[in-house]
Amino acid sequence: MELVTPGIGLLFWQTVTFLIVLFLLGKFAWKPIMNALHERESSIENALSAAEKAKLEMQALKADNEKLLAEARMERDKILQEATEAGNSIVETAKQKANEEGTRMIANAREAIENEKRAAITEVKNMAATLSLEIAEQILRRELSDKSAQQTLAQDYIREVTLN
Amino acid sequence: MKRLFVLLFSLLTLTASAKAPAEGEVFQPGEMITHHIADDYIWEFAEGAVLYLPVILVDNGELKVFSSGNFYDEFHERQPYNGYAMEHGHIVRVDEAGEPVEDHAALYDFSITKNVASMFISVALLLIIFFVIAGRYKNNPKSAPSGIQSFFEPIIIFIRDEIAKANIGPKYERYMPYLLTVFFFIWFNNLLGLMPGGANLTGNIAVTLVLALITLLITVFSGNKSYWKHIFATPGVPTWLAPIMIPVELIGILTKPFSLMVRLFANITAGHIIILSLFSLIFIFRSVAVGPLSVAFATFMNFLELFVALLQAYIFTLLSAMYFGGAVEEHDHAEDHH
Repeated sequence: MELVTPGIGLLFWQTVTFLIVLFLLGKFAWKPIMNALHERESSIENALSAAEKAKLEMQALKADNEKLLAEARMERDKILQEATEAGNSIVETAKQKANEEGTRMIANAREAIENEKRAAITEVKNMAATLSLEIAEQILRRELSDKSAQQTLAQDYIREVTLN
Repeated sequence: MKRLFVLLFSLLTLTASAKAPAEGEVFQPGEMITHHIADDYIWEFAEGAVLYLPVILVDNGELKVFSSGNFYDEFHERQPYNGYAMEHGHIVRVDEAGEPVEDHAALYDFSITKNVASMFISVALLLIIFFVIAGRYKNNPKSAPSGIQSFFEPIIIFIRDEIAKANIGPKYERYMPYLLTVFFFIWFNNLLGLMPGGANLTGNIAVTLVLALITLLITVFSGNKSYWKHIFATPGVPTWLAPIMIPVELIGILTKPFSLMVRLFANITAGHIIILSLFSLIFIFRSVAVGPLSVAFATFMNFLELFVALLQAYIFTLLSAMYFGGAVEEHDHAEDHH
């Protein structure tokens, strides 16, 4: 059968040509094409994974920011609280100081009063002594004239003194 | 592109450039068809438009090259030349009187026939197209494909992912050049064969034989230990069956590429025969009325052939990949073979 008898010429040419084409295409077409495809695919994959990573990083950043904000808020609250506390304590100390001052002033006043009193008493005593001396002097002067008059006089003086 | 195809189809009506039978002769469709699907030393595009291809003979180790035009006189009638003549599409030795002699020993015919010339054209096309594409890939590897590149890229990726990776496994990269080359070689030649005046290259047993042989050789040489073990000591088969099993398996090695060879050859040849037969109807019925019907059917068949052209390239590539996959597959246990 003519149709299924391979001719030697075509066998030869087909083999030679196909092998040459296989070599040429393999070396100069398929290799660069496959490499380029592979490269492109891997670059796309890298880009995708990079995007994913960036997304995750963004999320992390956001979370960080949130955390920072929260921390800042807490810090603020703390500062406020501390300030309030400090203010309170200042007021407290001021009050205490004022109290103490008051107390001290009162004590001083008391002491002063006491001193004044003492001085007054001393003065009174001195005056009494002086008066007594004067009275005694008067009495002694009048002794010669009248005894009864002397007595009344002394009594008068004394009354004066006690009234004063 | 679409317009080009339409143009080609409109030209297809010229493919059946069957010579009108002379007075008293009966039209022989069988002869016409055989002539069309067989190889030839001349390339006849249409009546009168003939390309005479070179004849290359090795006669007893002596190389002889001359134009096949020498076998035809000025009236396009056959004539012997230089002790050779064309008989039934073959070159034979002739005696002084121009009668063929029975001695064919040591006469080898390496002529650039219609098929070989067609193959050269297809190969030139292949090389040009894919070198251009490869250049595009080299110049801008990261950018999206454009033009012709974007037409072939999905096909290349399909062959890589769906054919090679799916059937061969992790070692697929070694086989990619062969699979891609064989796919595009078969597809291009199928399409060229459908063109008006095209040669029936992939419908020639020599061509498919060579392709199948290369697949066979690659399969045999990439066969690993477990592949050969499957052939000479099939797991799960009792030892006393070995005398039957081993020959069967050995025949199996050959039947796979044999099926490749026959499938491609028969599909393409059958397609050509059908289309030519449809045109022959016009001349068999000797009626112009059959013409439109024939053309309608033939056009439909041509679309089918376009599909078959792609399908056969795909099948050949797929099955080759499956055979390679079977040769390099690592069997962990006997149960996982299909």
